[in-house]
Amino acid sequence: MLKDSTGGKRELRMNQYSPREMMATTAGRMINNGDVVFAGTGISMLAATVAKRIHAPDAVVFFETGGIDPSLEELPLAVADPRVMAGTSMNAGLIEAFSILGHRRLRTVAFLGAAQIDRFGNLNSTVLGDYKKPRTRFPGSGGACDAASLAWGIIIFMQHEKRRFVEKLDYLTSPGWLSGGDSRAKAGFVRGGPIAVVTNLGIMRFDHVSRAMYLSEVYPGVLPQEVVANTGFEIDISGVREADPPTDRELLTLREDVDPQRLILG
Amino acid sequence: MPHDITKKLMSPEEAVRRFISDGSQIALGGFTVSRNNMVLAREIIRQKKRNLHVVCHSHGQALDLLIGAGCVRRLEIAYGGMGRFAPTCIRFRKAVCAGQIDIEDYSNYQMSLRFLAGAMGLPFMATKSGLGTDLVKIEGFPIDVRGTGKVPSMKLAIIENPFNGAEDRVVLLPALTPDVALIHAQYVGEDGTVRLKGLTFADLEQARSAEHVIVTCEEVVPRSFIRDDPDQNSLPAFLVDAVVKAPFGAHPTACYQFYDYDPRHLKLYRNMAANDDLFQEYLENWVFNLPDQEAYLEKVGITDLMRIKASPAVGYAQGLDRR
Repeated sequence: MLKDSTGGKRELRMNQYSPREMMATTAGRMINNGDVVFAGTGISMLAATVAKRIHAPDAVVFFETGGIDPSLEELPLAVADPRVMAGTSMNAGLIEAFSILGHRRLRTVAFLGAAQIDRFGNLNSTVLGDYKKPRTRFPGSGGACDAASLAWGIIIFMQHEKRRFVEKLDYLTSPGWLSGGDSRAKAGFVRGGPIAVVTNLGIMRFDHVSRAMYLSEVYPGVLPQEVVANTGFEIDISGVREADPPTDRELLTLREDVDPQRLILG
Repeated sequence: MPHDITKKLMSPEEAVRRFISDGSQIALGGFTVSRNNMVLAREIIRQKKRNLHVVCHSHGQALDLLIGAGCVRRLEIAYGGMGRFAPTCIRFRKAVCAGQIDIEDYSNYQMSLRFLAGAMGLPFMATKSGLGTDLVKIEGFPIDVRGTGKVPSMKLAIIENPFNGAEDRVVLLPALTPDVALIHAQYVGEDGTVRLKGLTFADLEQARSAEHVIVTCEEVVPRSFIRDDPDQNSLPAFLVDAVVKAPFGAHPTACYQFYDYDPRHLKLYRNMAANDDLFQEYLENWVFNLPDQEAYLEKVGITDLMRIKASPAVGYAQGLDRR
């Protein structure tokens, strides 16, 4: 069913769906009713919105820029989009937003993407090559390092490619499980860490002891070997199962309600 | 009257000439696609200011234009991007890869806390954010600029919590006290009080941390309007050194309740910024050949300005074609 390798070609029939639609609905199901969701833009916006409209109406979406619980009648294309300021419960600023993100009483779940990820879910969104003389430059941390440091948990979106799933990051922008085991706590963090990595092939999670990434689910039609072939480090696939495809209701909500202009779905 | 902005009201030309010099450390208000102070950025470029030291959290269009025009020598930043229009700011990326500017990376929270420390008169602020990452391990600025001018002696420091002892680490971030903060506001009252609408980002911390503050605004409004609802106000008059009336002063970025970002202009910019010659042409066409903001708006044209006009009901342009 996953015929589209470009990551977002238009598919209108309900029994067909794009990897992006699969990623959005998969991540959306990870949001619990009552979660406080720290959203970025892109697929995370779709995931949060589809969750709110279907199974988690009491989840609250907020943005690092300070917008809390916006109505999201139109999709924001950046976290400072004026659409993040409309119909909110309140408009604040960065310091307020990051205080909420790290608040000990709240189960804050943050969505992040990156250019590179390693086996412990550490992320690079800064440079490729040497930091002082980079081959290419990305935007930088923004609030990603803060979310990875302070949130109750993070969910990561990635395109599943060998050059992105790497043995060693060119730059560690956002902390995952650091070097695995209890290294995150030893570094000084009091909570948090990656929960899952949602890619165009499936879902990875992290072992509770070693904190190493393993393959948890593949999408229908994807072979576990494809995941291995597209991962630049050793990954345990022994416990893999097939993920549930998006439901008709999820697809309909996504296509007709959440992103009718296909700004993010493509 | 105790506060009156008559003496502070000035043109962008005068504000930049009086408060920004070569080598100044400037804080840019706004955030990626919103409330960039474009009218001052264009004026800084016209006046050919050089070696600026820019400090900001997540920034976009004004930063990219200033870097592309060769005004920036040094940059402390968390994020250089314009959302969907330029996931990484184009001239920023080129300049960093070519080694044309010195850059030091922090996170958004870290940069916000550094402004807060400056605003509070503290030497540093503490956070848990960034432990174990390359943000705290790798310094970007050359050693010889450390401890000179407004550059702190170290990027940051990590200490053990002095209260509860071992294995509880925190990151200490050096305060920022920029020479000047550039803020674009929706309203300034005739008494000089500033009112920001929508999200304030870290504008208030930036303004309070700075030696001087230039506020450009969409509208100068009567004292009675600003005093009628003081809960809405953001900065007192005595923190503001210059007020510049500049309608559409954030174009092509958004100004909540006044106008949206301009997708057409941002796409034009993206295409021109990708090529060195075309970027020079952009600077000629949109900065150097236009004496002031009125000429700029005339060049953008009424049709495009009306297209992005915000609906008072929602604060942005409903149904705007953003593809």
